[in-house]
Amino acid sequence: MLKLNNIIKSYPVGGGKLEVLKGIDLHIKEGEMVSIMGSSGSGKSTLLNIIGILDDFDSGEYYLDGQLIDHISEKNAAHLRNSFIGFIFQSFNLIPFKNAMENVALPLYYKGIGRKKRNEMALEYLEKVGLREWAEHMPSELSGGQKQRIAIARALITNPKVILADEPTGALDSATSYEVMNLLKEVNNEGMTVVIVTHEHDISEMTERLINLHDGKIIREPILV
Amino acid sequence: MFDRDKWQEVFHVLEKNKLRTFLTAFGVFWGIFMLIILLGSGNGLRNGVVGDFGGHATNSVFIWTQSTSMPYAGFQRGRRFNFHNADIPYVLSNIPEISVLSPRCQMGGHNGSNNVVRGLKTAAFNVYGDYPEYNLIEPVKIIKGRFLNQTDIKEKRKVCVIGMEVLNSLFLEGEEPIGDYIEINGVNFKVVGLYKSNQKGNQREESEKSVFIPLTTFQRAFNWGDTIGWLSVTSIDNVPVSEVEDKVIALLKQRYKIHPDDPRAFGHFNLEKEFIKMNGLFTGISGLSWFVGVLTLIAGVIGVSNIMLIIVKERTQEIGVRRALGATPLNIMSQIVIESVFLTSIAGAVGVLAGTWILVLVDTLMGEADTGSFKHPEINLYTILIALSILIISGALAGLIPAQRAVRIKPIDALRDE
Repeated sequence: MLKLNNIIKSYPVGGGKLEVLKGIDLHIKEGEMVSIMGSSGSGKSTLLNIIGILDDFDSGEYYLDGQLIDHISEKNAAHLRNSFIGFIFQSFNLIPFKNAMENVALPLYYKGIGRKKRNEMALEYLEKVGLREWAEHMPSELSGGQKQRIAIARALITNPKVILADEPTGALDSATSYEVMNLLKEVNNEGMTVVIVTHEHDISEMTERLINLHDGKIIREPILV
Repeated sequence: MFDRDKWQEVFHVLEKNKLRTFLTAFGVFWGIFMLIILLGSGNGLRNGVVGDFGGHATNSVFIWTQSTSMPYAGFQRGRRFNFHNADIPYVLSNIPEISVLSPRCQMGGHNGSNNVVRGLKTAAFNVYGDYPEYNLIEPVKIIKGRFLNQTDIKEKRKVCVIGMEVLNSLFLEGEEPIGDYIEINGVNFKVVGLYKSNQKGNQREESEKSVFIPLTTFQRAFNWGDTIGWLSVTSIDNVPVSEVEDKVIALLKQRYKIHPDDPRAFGHFNLEKEFIKMNGLFTGISGLSWFVGVLTLIAGVIGVSNIMLIIVKERTQEIGVRRALGATPLNIMSQIVIESVFLTSIAGAVGVLAGTWILVLVDTLMGEADTGSFKHPEINLYTILIALSILIISGALAGLIPAQRAVRIKPIDALRDE
C-alpha cells in the first residue's frame, strides 16, 4: 500500500540545511496497523507528512497504492488526500463553528457530494463511533475523547485506503486513549491500513508492527506478535 | 457559488467580529456614498445652471446690425444699415444648414419709457415683433390662450401675447385678460395669450415683462417699413451653429456691401459657445467627483483587503485542516474571494441606497422652489451600475491577495501553527 525508497528530506535552516530524513526505506502492506515511534526531532512527523502528501521530499521514491507521488500539483495532492487518506490529529482540528455532523461531512463536501447525502453518511459514521446523539453539538460542547472519535469518523467517511494518525492519543487520558485505540483497531480489522505516530509505548504495543525512527533513520523494525 | 456551506462560513466569519466587520464595511460604504453624493450634487449644479438657460435652444445665435468700421465699395466707414424682410428668404435659400431663422423687432426694454396703457394704468415693457418660430428659440409656457400664428402674420392682426408681469401690472386680480385690449404706443391690441417664462429669478421677471405682437403688425403699426431689428438663427442637427453663424454673416456682408474683414458691422452672440463653456466646466466637476469618489472607494477596498489578511492569518490552522481533508487551493481561494466580494457588495449597496436616498430627500425638500444654481440633484442608473461594478471587481481584487497568501501556506505549516 505504502512504499518508500530512500526518502531524503531536509529543511533550510539559517544558511545551511538540516537533514531530517536520511534515507527512509519503508513498506507498509494493505491492512497493516503500524506505529512509528521516535523521540522528538527524530523526523517522525515529517515522515507522516510525506506519507500524507502534506509535504514534499528532496529525493527518493514514494508509491501510494502503486501510484508514484513525485512533485504533483497541490490540486492533485488535494484529490489524493481526499480519496486515499484519512487524517487524525493530536489536537483533533475540528472546525469550531460547525457541529459534529457537519465536521464529519466536510471531506465529502470537497468530494462534491450533495448536502443531504453527506449529512446522511455523516450520521451513519457518527453511529459507528457511538456519537449519533451528539450530531448537533458543537465541538466546544464535547470532551476530548468525543472530539477524537468525531475526528476518526471524519477520517473514515471517504472510505480511504490509509488512516494516518499523528499522536492521536497525545491529548487524552489513558482510559480514553484505549477507547480511541480500540476504535482504530476495529477500523483496521475491517481491512483499512492504519499508521500511527506516537511516543507512548503502551500505544505502540497495541499495533502489529513498530517502526523506530532515530535521527532520520529507521533503526530496527521488530515484528510484534 | 450558491452553496450553503460557503455562505454559512462567510456569515460566521463576518459575524465573529462584528465591530471589525462594521468598520471595514463602513470604509467601503463611505467611499461609494461620497461618490454618489458628489456626482449627484454635480448634476444638481448642472441642472440648476442649465435651467438658467430657460430652455433656450442652445444651438442658437443672435445677429444684429451695427455701423461699419471699414470703407468698402465706395462707402465710407461708419455707415449704419438695417436688415430687411427680403433678407429672410434670401438667407434661407442660400444656407440650407439653418433650422429656424426668426427675424425680430423690439421697442422699449431696459429703462424704457412707459409705452403700454390699459385704462388708467401705464407701464414700460419690452414690445417684440416676432414670427411664431421664435417660440422654438426661446420657448415660453403659454398658460392661457395661444402664441402668435401664421394668420396673425399674414393678416397683420393687432393681437398680442403678454407675460405674467404685464398681467399683474395692467389687470386687477381676477380680471380676464384674454379678449381684452391693451394700448401699445397709441395702438390697441387684443390680448390672445398669456405666458410664463421658463427662466428663474430676475431673468424670469424680466422675461415676463414682455409683449409679443406679430412682426408684420409691428412694422406697419410703428412705421418700421420692412426693417428688421435682429435675427435669431438655429442650426439643423449635427451642424454646429458657429458654422452657420459665419456663413450668415459672410452672406449678409456681401448683400450689404460691407468689407469681408469688417469685424464690427454685425453684432452677434452665440449661445452655443456659452453652453459649451459651461458644459466643459461640468465635465470638469464630474471628473473631479469621480476622482475623489473612486480614491475614497479604493481606500475602503484596501481596508477590506487588510481585514481579509487578518482573517486568513487567524484561520491558518483551519485552512490547513481543510486542505488535509481534500480542499484544493481553488476551494480555499474562492472562499476568501467570496467573503471579500460579499462584504464590499453589501456595504456598497447600502452606500448606494443611502447616497441616493439623501439626494432624493434633498430634491424633495427643495421641490420646485427657486434655489438659484442648484436644482434636482440626481444620479442615473448607469452611473450606479458602473460604481457597483467597480466595487465588485475591487472587492474581488481585495480578496485575491489574502487568498493567494492563504494558498501559499503549505498545509503542513498551517497545521503546525498553534
